Amino acid sequence: MKLDLKSVDQIIGKYDGEDSWLVMILQDVQDKYNYLPECALGRVAESLKIPLSRVHSVATFYSSFSLAERGRHLIRVCDGTACHLRGFTHIKEEISRHLGISEGQTTKDKVFTLDVVACLGACALAPVMAVDGRCYGNMNAEKVRVVLDLYRREKRH
Amino acid sequence: MISTAGKKDTERIKSVQEFQGKQAYSRSKFYSDKVRVSVGAGTCGLANGAADVLAGLRDEVGTSGLDFLVRQTGCIGYCQVEPVVDVLAPGLPRVFYHYMSAGKARQLVRAIAEGDFHPDWALGRLSRDQLLVRSERDFSSKPNGLSTVPKLEELPFYKAQLKIALRNCGFIDPHDIEEYIATGGYSALAQVLASIDPEDIIDLVEKSGLRGRGGGGFLTARKWRACRQAHGYPKYVLCNGDEGDPGAFMDRSIMEGNPHAILEGMTIGAYAIGSDSGYVYVRLEYPLAVENLQIAIEQARAYGLLGPNILGTDFSFDVEISRGAGAFVCGESTALMASIEGYSGEPRAKHIHTSEKGLFGQPTNLNNVETWANVPVIVNEGAQWFARIGGEHSKGTKVFSVVGKVKNTGLVEVPMGVTLRDIIYDICGGVPDGRAFKGVQTGGPSGGCLPESLLDLPVDFERLVEAGSMMGSGGMIVMDDHSCVVELARYFTEFLTRESCGKCTACREGIVRMLEILEQITCGKAVREDMDLLDELCCYVKDNSICGLGKSAANPTLSTVKYYRDEYLAHIEQRRCPAGVCRELTKFVVIPDRCKACGRCVKTCPVKAVRGREKVAHTIDQDKCVRCGACREVCPFDSIAVA
Repeated sequence: MKLDLKSVDQIIGKYDGEDSWLVMILQDVQDKYNYLPECALGRVAESLKIPLSRVHSVATFYSSFSLAERGRHLIRVCDGTACHLRGFTHIKEEISRHLGISEGQTTKDKVFTLDVVACLGACALAPVMAVDGRCYGNMNAEKVRVVLDLYRREKRH
Repeated sequence: MISTAGKKDTERIKSVQEFQGKQAYSRSKFYSDKVRVSVGAGTCGLANGAADVLAGLRDEVGTSGLDFLVRQTGCIGYCQVEPVVDVLAPGLPRVFYHYMSAGKARQLVRAIAEGDFHPDWALGRLSRDQLLVRSERDFSSKPNGLSTVPKLEELPFYKAQLKIALRNCGFIDPHDIEEYIATGGYSALAQVLASIDPEDIIDLVEKSGLRGRGGGGFLTARKWRACRQAHGYPKYVLCNGDEGDPGAFMDRSIMEGNPHAILEGMTIGAYAIGSDSGYVYVRLEYPLAVENLQIAIEQARAYGLLGPNILGTDFSFDVEISRGAGAFVCGESTALMASIEGYSGEPRAKHIHTSEKGLFGQPTNLNNVETWANVPVIVNEGAQWFARIGGEHSKGTKVFSVVGKVKNTGLVEVPMGVTLRDIIYDICGGVPDGRAFKGVQTGGPSGGCLPESLLDLPVDFERLVEAGSMMGSGGMIVMDDHSCVVELARYFTEFLTRESCGKCTACREGIVRMLEILEQITCGKAVREDMDLLDELCCYVKDNSICGLGKSAANPTLSTVKYYRDEYLAHIEQRRCPAGVCRELTKFVVIPDRCKACGRCVKTCPVKAVRGREKVAHTIDQDKCVRCGACREVCPFDSIAVA
């Protein structure tokens, strides 16, 4: 499948083609395509006049970048210290049981991708998970199922 | 939400005199004759349902045709009781309401319109409009009909607190620069630009004794002076908002709830150093912080408080936001700079200080969010005032995020030198559910675990290091007897193996080997000699790593071995996890005499391993049980034990 790379050009234009904004350019590209397609990385390197190896080095260094396609909804389970002590493992296992995927995987229907992150900064409400950036606090197994079903039914979108 | 992005140049404040006029105007607007209702809508508030409360308020005010102002603020720090709504009405003390819902918020609005302030729902009233020294209105002697509502500043949670860095969080709308100006914001900058020489500001900060709040505790004035004296142009001023320590979120709260304080602090710093350009580096996980900071930057530019010729003087300074992309090591100064330059965040050895060659090879000064937020207050209140707060070498206050197994979770700002006991017991109410306190982890993955015997330790930079931990960014994670310290050491070590950038061998390989041993211990496969090897590895990684990540990576392990050796030995020699956390070593059983057959564990078990019916003590099917411990956490009778 050939991707339309016009958006990549627009993003680079927004940053005046400055290579120092590479990390943020790649974030915007990922926001647009939901992952970092190989051809987009090539276009970024070409437009910024920097080696593709540097683009790859950045794209593989930072944990938020994904070179593989992801699901429509990104679940991020917080494994910060407070969440870890207050039941992170239960929450992660419940999601895995409910969706049949483990960390880093995407459901077959491409609806959910499951990620574990270091800390979402809502430690007072541990354990916490976020779906598409929206935080849900004081989670338990039952709430996990309720939240996921909400997204599965797409009522919020 | 107010965005001034498209406002005309008429907002621009062209001189210090004009600023004073703006200040008076903003005050009269903030303390107007209208009722102002606001909702705490930081990330924590939103996760607790603040968006629904806000929508309910807006709708009720709209449909009832009331002339109320509806605003959103940051977090007042008491995350436990959110969603929080507060009401600022003419002639009355400000009242804060807790555990609000959309329905309750609607009822509250209708009641207030009738003159009933629903004292029964209130958390507390403010007798001064801020918890800090200065305040516009004073109601300490006039509760005006709200005498049954306790004073907020006398609640156990707030009594010992002094809010400097958190001063406006939860009290003003971060999307409105005029609310910041109304509460004294940008007056320090105006004063600096009008009448203080750059060198004198550095002297002032030096006299205040301010030290970096990001972890290291380096003297702020010394950093500034080195950068001022360094040759080269341009010079950069950076703010480290890459709050990576899991368990700490004070910087998020300041960026979300009081972003202008950071910008004002940075602008004063830039004037002192001789810089005209700065960046705020914010971690990826904080989208709301990025949003609020961006709005603040645009408003400050529109008001002539950022950009060319600030307040009509010949001083210019502007700030941009650089977003991280998920890397703990980017909290380290040189890695952070590499990331802003568009490279992988790999630290470098600091033979040459970043104050001489930092971002883009230019002289650079980096301070963390909380440090910057302190600067305007020091200018306003004076160095002596600040230096009187806190201990001998650690001046001022520090914000701690007290979380984990503790009753009142949230952000606590206290003078340095108060004890761990003051924070954990007096302010935060101790360990809930009648469980026993086991320890407190401070300083994140670079810090350590402190046991009950050290509860009376005064909290400051030096004392924590002496005890084998560190201040770090101020995370305090409280553990009870259901928390396993060996597992915690394993957790931090695993975290560090993921976050090590891989540049130096000691850190990249050493931490992995440490993790292997810790995993063996938590699985019950270790032998006594492994403890010696672990100790040796810890020293090796500590001595041979390039940056702080590796140098401090052994702290979680070393401190737990030091204070909880028995627990390690129980894992190794008796193949037992006393806390019942390490799954390979744990078996849960029901104590039949205690079980009241209430069925909660049956309902909670994720794998349906608990069997039971009414009036008959329950049992656990060991073949099905995954040892998650969920049943033990919900049992109200303490009838599930570790066999």
